[in-house]
Order: sequence, then C-alpha cells, then structure tokens
Amino acid sequence: MKAFTYERATSIAQAASAAVTPGAKFIAGGTNLLDLMKLQVETPTRLIDINRLALDGIEDTPEGGLRIGATVRNSDLAADPRVRRRYGVLSRALLAGASAQLRNKATTGGNLLQRTRCYYFYDVTKPCNKRSPGSGCAALEGFNRIHAILGASSQCIATNPSDMAVAFRVLDASVETAAADGGSRSIPIAEFHRLPGATPSVETVLRPGEMITAVTLPPPPPGVQIYRKVRDRASYAFALVSVGAIVDASHGRVRSARFAFGGLAPKPWRVGSSEEVLANSAASASSFNAAANIVLQGARGYGGNDFKAPLARRTLVTVLAQATRA
Amino acid sequence: MDHDENEQLRITRRGALEAGAATAALAYAGILPAALAAGSPVPEPRLDAVWVELQVNGSPHRLSLDPRTTLLDAMREHLHLTGSKKGCDHGQCGACTVLLDGRRINSCLTLAVMHDGHAIETIEGLASGEALHPLQAAFIEHDGFQCGYCTSGQICSALGMLHESRTGMPSYVTADLTQARAELTDIEIRERMSGNICRCAAYPNIVAAIRQAAEQLS
Repeated sequence: MKAFTYERATSIAQAASAAVTPGAKFIAGGTNLLDLMKLQVETPTRLIDINRLALDGIEDTPEGGLRIGATVRNSDLAADPRVRRRYGVLSRALLAGASAQLRNKATTGGNLLQRTRCYYFYDVTKPCNKRSPGSGCAALEGFNRIHAILGASSQCIATNPSDMAVAFRVLDASVETAAADGGSRSIPIAEFHRLPGATPSVETVLRPGEMITAVTLPPPPPGVQIYRKVRDRASYAFALVSVGAIVDASHGRVRSARFAFGGLAPKPWRVGSSEEVLANSAASASSFNAAANIVLQGARGYGGNDFKAPLARRTLVTVLAQATRA
Repeated sequence: MDHDENEQLRITRRGALEAGAATAALAYAGILPAALAAGSPVPEPRLDAVWVELQVNGSPHRLSLDPRTTLLDAMREHLHLTGSKKGCDHGQCGACTVLLDGRRINSCLTLAVMHDGHAIETIEGLASGEALHPLQAAFIEHDGFQCGYCTSGQICSALGMLHESRTGMPSYVTADLTQARAELTDIEIRERMSGNICRCAAYPNIVAAIRQAAEQLS
C-alpha cells in the first residue's frame, strides 16, 4: 500500500473542503477502497475518515419516503423494519451482496461508489482505460465472462457490481451531496453513474470534493417487490445477471411494472419503454418476452459473455411470472 | 554435508533473517537511517504515525501506528494476538473475522487508526479461563475443521452471526423479510456463514457445530 496521511473529518464542510486536494479520498467502510489500495489500483495520498460525522441515521421523510445517511451500514439498512416492510427489493438486494462481514462495514455511499470487478482493472500489469486512461482495454478480447452487454464502449466493457444500486434505480432514489463551496444538490440515481464512452475512468457525476451525504427514497410504488440474483455460486458472489422488480398486478393483468438489471451494464440498467409495454397488459409469457426484447435491443456480447442476453431474458421472464402469479 | 552442518546452516539463515527484520524495524522507527535498511538507497516517504487506543478483549492498548496498518496487522504484529488469521488479505475468505463493537467484520479490510476507542473481540477473548466457549467446544466435538486455519474466523463469525440471528437480521434466503426472526435452519446457517471459506471443506461439520452451539446459547 502506498503511503498516505490519515485524518478524521470534523464536519461535512471540512471534509468536502479537504477532499478537493488532488489525491484525497473519503473513507467510510473501506471494504472496496482498501482492497484496491493494497493492489495499488487506488493510490490516494490523503484519506479523510467520515465515519464520525453522524451520517448513520435512517429517517422518515415528510413525503412518506426514507432518507438514508451516507454511512448507514448495508446490514443496518437491510435489517431496518421500514425497509423490510416497504422496500423489500432493497433489503433483498443488500442481503444478496457480499458477505455478512462486509455488509457490517460497507456503507450506503461507499456501495454507490464501488469500482468494477473487471479482472484487468484489478491487475495493474494489464492495460485498462478505467485505471490508466489511454492504455487500452484487455477485456475486449480477453476473458470477459463477467462483462457488459449493454452501455459499454470500445474503451471499456466493465460492469457496475452493486446490487444495492439496482434496487435504488428501480425505487427512483436520489443521491444527496455536499460540495466544498457549502452547496448541496440532489442527483437522481438514473443520472448518478456515467456510461464509459471515451472516459471510462470517470464513473459518476460527482465533482472534486463532492461528498454523498444521504440517499432519499420516495414512497414505495404499489406492487410486489422482487430481487433475483443469478451468479456462479449460491452466495457471496457478484451477479452475472440480477433483476430488481416492482410489479403491480392482479387477476392476470399488469397495471404497472418497473424493473432494472444488474450485471449487464456499467450502471444499473432500466429501460422505460420496456416497462410501458407491460402497463395495463395481460400477464403472459409473450408480453414478458416483448419487454425483454426492448431491453436487449442493441445488446452486444464479446465472446465470454454472450450467454448474458438469453440469461437476462430468462431471469426477467421468471421474475415477472413470479410477481404476477398471485 | 552431514546433519549437524545442515542444522547449523539452517539456524544461521534464520538468524540472518531475524537480524534483517530487526534492522528494517529500527530504520522504520526512525532510529537508523532508512538507507541502511536492506541496503535500499531510496528512503521511504516520511510517515506520520497516528495514535490509536483499541479495547481488545477487554484490555486497552495504546498504539502508535503507520496509518496503513490494518486492524488485522495491528493485532497480529503489534499486540501479538495471532489467533486471527491472514488468509487472502482481501476480504474474500473470512479467516481474519473479529467482532468490532459486537459485530463481525473482516479485520484485513479496515485500518486500525479508524477504530480509536472501539472494542474488538478476537478468538483469544472467547474462553473463560480453561472453559471453552460453547462454539469452541462444539467445533471440537463435531470436528469442524481439518487444518484449522479458518477456524478462529469461523468461530468469531458464528458468534456474530448468532447475535444477528437473535436480533432479527434477515438473510437472502429468509422467505419472509417481515417476520421478526427467521428460524436458524441449516440453509440459513450456510447462507449467513458464506463469508467464511474452508479450504478443507469441513462445511457439514461446521454447520453441525454451529447448530449445536446455537441451541445451547439460545
């Protein structure tokens, strides 16, 4: 691990101001950052510990939603009775991620900022445009079983590994931030992560020093909430494909459906027009497949991940069938 | 070369290694110029040590640490509590599992300086004198290991897991997330313990040991 200085932030404003320094990084749970620092994929020179800023509360909002502090641990969020009762897709997605030990450390804000699990990103001896801009992408013609089939570019085909973010996407969460100049803003989760394009090293719309302070959930929409994760082993593995869905249906008819995918793209993948196909339609295999067709339009495999398109289709159809069975 | 010469060579090599490590440690502590350590001409960047007080197994320990020191290395290398094991050092195996303020974590993936004033419980703190903790006794009774390298992590993890279960934490395999407390079936135990890998694959015996201890402790 490269040397760095360590400091405990005393306030949100002080932390954001300190983090403007080139080479500075916030640390909260540290489960992803320290892993990458050991490999020298991340080499911050200044770590700003934000664990003592009292950002670990979960509050009801006046609108009937929830405001989740940035350092709320993944395990605490998954176990919160309000989340379990009203945001089951979020609780289930969190419980599908990592291990119990990691969930006890990993935070809401940190989970949103976790880096890809692309093997070549992790291996500093290999080209990677995300880690080392301009060096190339070894995954394009390498081992790309876990890589993206949607939203990728000729520069990078890495996926976002978060389960939590998929649930946030389907719940229309907003990311609240504080800036070094004292300002704050709310970023819709749909706009928070950026596609790689020509700059895969830039993964979010956060500006230098800008700190996530909370994630806000609107009131839950009506319907059954499901999170289904498909992976190489039954537990403690990243998603090859996952689906978070909220489906309002009865008597064989769908009133509304929303769904987002993990494992397919550089960000949680949700396609509004595919959801519209299902609105006020009969719950049937043909309508579910029609929705999948729209999601997978333009999907491109790179050899090792060609299986993901049919797997995503089958997973979506299974989840929708389960959601509309009652 | 006869046996005695072999023995002498081995001892000499070991002595040299220890002497080298001691020199490096002195240089690191700023007592010797860094250039003298291991013949390296490039000095390490000057690091500011950070004071941290850890409550480990009920006893306070005040340490001055390089901020890079993980909680695992602080315990093993500075406090000489080597029960917590370094397996992968990347949070993938669970051998380093300890309890931090009562919750299980991977001690390899956190910095010691982040835990000033926090309480840490390691495998060394579980027994009461000569009386083993019920989880320790159950692992022996059910042969919940072969090589034993993952065992301290498994036991600390199981202790944290049983607390989570008692306080109503659901798991990915809990059918109804709204129920107050899921029954601790074998499937639940396996899912909740998935962060602890056993290379010897003693899993059936580990599950049996945890099931027995869970009944005793409930």
